[in-house]
Amino acid sequence: MPSNIPIGPSTLSTFDLPWQILWDKDRCTLCGQCTAVCPVHAIELGVFRKRTVDPAWGSGSKPSTSFSLYYGIRQKTAPANACVGCAMCTLVCPNDAIRPLRAEEDDKLRFHRNQGGQARNRGGRRNVPGTVLDRIKFIRISMLTDPALDAGRHEFEIRTLLGRVLDPEDNLKFLNQNGWIPPVREIYPLVIGSMSFGALSPTMWEGLQMGVAYLNEQMGMPVRMCTGEGGCPPRLLRSRFLKYVILQIASGYFGWDEIIHALPHMKEDPCAIEIKYGQGAKPGDGGLLMWYKVNKLIAAIRGVPPGVSLPSPPTHQTQYSIEESVAKMIQSMYMAWGFRVPVYPKISATSTALAVLNNLVRNPYAGGLGIDGEDGGTGAAYNVSMNHMGHPIASNIRDAYLTLVQSGKQNEIPLIAGGGIGKSGNLAANAAALIMLGASAVQVGKSIMQAAAGCLGSETDRCNICNIGQCPKGITSQDPRLYRRLDPEKVAERLVDVYVSFDTELKKIIAPLGRSTALPIGMSDALGIDDRDVAERLHIQYVV
Amino acid sequence: MCRLFAMSSAEPLSPIVALEALDVMREGHDGSGVGLFLRDLGGPFEEMKDAPILSGIFTEKGLKRLDAYMMNIGFMTKYKLSIKVPKTPPPGVPKRDVYLVRAYEYPEEWENLSFDQIAERLVRIRLELRAMGEAEKDMIVFSFWPDVIMIKEIGEPIQIAEHLKLDRKELKARILMAQGRQNTNYAINLYACHPFFLQGYSTMTNGENTAFVPIREFLQSRNFPGYTGYQSDSEVFTHILHYTITRLGLGIEAYKHVITPLRDEDIARHPDGPMLQQIKHGCRRLIIDGPNCVIGSLPDHSLFMVQDRKKLRPGVVGGKPGCFAFSSEICGLDAAIPDRDKSRDFQPMYLDTAIVGPERQEVTICRQTSPLVHRP
Repeated sequence: MPSNIPIGPSTLSTFDLPWQILWDKDRCTLCGQCTAVCPVHAIELGVFRKRTVDPAWGSGSKPSTSFSLYYGIRQKTAPANACVGCAMCTLVCPNDAIRPLRAEEDDKLRFHRNQGGQARNRGGRRNVPGTVLDRIKFIRISMLTDPALDAGRHEFEIRTLLGRVLDPEDNLKFLNQNGWIPPVREIYPLVIGSMSFGALSPTMWEGLQMGVAYLNEQMGMPVRMCTGEGGCPPRLLRSRFLKYVILQIASGYFGWDEIIHALPHMKEDPCAIEIKYGQGAKPGDGGLLMWYKVNKLIAAIRGVPPGVSLPSPPTHQTQYSIEESVAKMIQSMYMAWGFRVPVYPKISATSTALAVLNNLVRNPYAGGLGIDGEDGGTGAAYNVSMNHMGHPIASNIRDAYLTLVQSGKQNEIPLIAGGGIGKSGNLAANAAALIMLGASAVQVGKSIMQAAAGCLGSETDRCNICNIGQCPKGITSQDPRLYRRLDPEKVAERLVDVYVSFDTELKKIIAPLGRSTALPIGMSDALGIDDRDVAERLHIQYVV
Repeated sequence: MCRLFAMSSAEPLSPIVALEALDVMREGHDGSGVGLFLRDLGGPFEEMKDAPILSGIFTEKGLKRLDAYMMNIGFMTKYKLSIKVPKTPPPGVPKRDVYLVRAYEYPEEWENLSFDQIAERLVRIRLELRAMGEAEKDMIVFSFWPDVIMIKEIGEPIQIAEHLKLDRKELKARILMAQGRQNTNYAINLYACHPFFLQGYSTMTNGENTAFVPIREFLQSRNFPGYTGYQSDSEVFTHILHYTITRLGLGIEAYKHVITPLRDEDIARHPDGPMLQQIKHGCRRLIIDGPNCVIGSLPDHSLFMVQDRKKLRPGVVGGKPGCFAFSSEICGLDAAIPDRDKSRDFQPMYLDTAIVGPERQEVTICRQTSPLVHRP
């Protein structure tokens, strides 16, 4: 720190920051790549004065002092420029001369991240590592009493249904009477969750779309992806690839003007319509696209002026209750596509989820229920919402499933679980656990961003700057200088890698359980955990 | 893996035939239970085809409670088969007071009831008796239905046959089903013994049912009191059969479409594709994942066998006009019908439902790729 710095309440040293830059003077070639790449300008070229004292060893010589200058890297300490630990500097350094180091103790910066009365907002996810899903084991292994299946050689049908499935008796009755049977899609049970075109960069979106198209058309895996708030690129709306897309209508209705205009020109129906009532990462908050990311393209698609922040209302302003929402939105959306497209709401996991579910059950149109748990991610939200608001997904999905079982509707309304799946890298295990707890499908966002695009975020407050459009990997930025770092072809390639490996791992889980011809939804007898309270809460076995 | 044997014969046979066939396959069961199902009865029961027969095991106290209960609802005993058991049972067989096979007269006020109403009431009575018995540990009730007898016990099939003197002349039937149980992961409980029975439908299975829990949950939530029990993961096969035929109005050839639906590409080519797609979606929770061979009996006295999609269990059907048998293994078939044309034996594969109809003249094979015969 410069010696003449004024010391005020928010004056911090590098030691007070969560991430400290470790710079090796001997290795550094002063090429400047690290300072150029830093998304938050946490480092700059520093000029350092060096004093060398010569104590004069011999009897005839006098002690002397000499001064010199050298150049190096200086870490800024202003709260706005605090290092976020993304380690892009390390990534670009030709000599491995620099890296961020996590502070040894809790930082002091956290007390000063409200300059000007602005509560901290960020992107990312809840900064709490670990999840109960990681601790669930699959314990019912077919062994001698029955042959465990060969995950590599058996035929598997890993598919799930999205849409309102009728009770079998009604179903056959309606079929014979030429009655209306709600549309149902057979999809791959791992859905790319809603991430908006405004939150993600064009290259990320394009990469995901290409990957999804490849998985469907070349690999025969009916993978679907959801748009999130903010509409959909007009060309995609008019293309045959729309059938792989779940269009989300969120409380801001951004982009829906464009979608409605595209309706007559659609070659294909979308896979489904998701009505977003809530998001696991920031329950009770609407979407938020900060002004940094509202460039001309995004503004055009959303039908807003560029450069303004776009906070969506916390809920659909036209509806005051679930029953009204069901009556208005779900049925309106069905009508828009001639009753050919399933429509389902998505809510944040909450202790009131069952009230929503019970209402959906009574409506013949509701095509499912998405529940997004507290570990979900987001492009922008207040830190407090992310860290402290929300409900874990495991017990919420289990309660919802058991409620459906009680009323015999477990096959009629698919539950789609989201929020923290694959948080620790155990994507298949987490997904399988949720499916066996009762989810018909799982939605993932962060895992895909991390695996397919190299997102650097973590549950330890690393990076988390999706909101300001400075994504160092170009995933969540609308700045072409940043997003051109991300090659959409490579994203597509990685997405396919992720799905194919997920498929292998899922088979490796379900084959030893003797399952191959149907997704083991609700197969809770296969689950165990080494925690009696969790076992009791989830109605699974306690095993140690 | 349990061993199964079923037989359909124009002439009434002693259940010993089935138990001897099981004995030939003895390495496949562990003495944890044997079950017998007799239908289309001969002997004294021939004259009372409509009288509901109560089968079960009772203590002396239980019998008194039963009598009081049945008298109270107006059932009169029409005929009873007394099975007196020796004081000392064979090793591994529990000591019991009474094995009951008793035919009843319907109460007078049931005279004008439809068959469906009678069927519903019979189930309710059986379940009530079962609940009473479970509370006091003094009654075990297997079936209460016209022209059907069920006997179940823990132990070796042949030893039990001798113990209960099952070779008696008044115990004969044209349809026999028997299962020797290989206990896997559920408690040894007589209610877990196959065959299982519900309103005229009976099945027995070998192999575990890996999709048991979701299937059980689905059946239990169908709002039908008969879908209960489930001490064995195989009981659901009986209930799915019952559901398919009575609730969905489909035929036996659709049973397999419910438990092991075709892949989508095959459904697309099937003449009844749209309907099969709906069955696959609506009955998704009833899809079994094997490995199972299911043998079952229908109210019209047909016998059938189906395999799961992976066909990981053995099963064979063969015989001659007037007498056909279904068996887990060929040696069981050889023991029961040695003089058949073995070249005509058939082992149902993953698409087949093998059916021997009530006329017992041939084995009909329904392939899942063929059109459905019965439509609701």
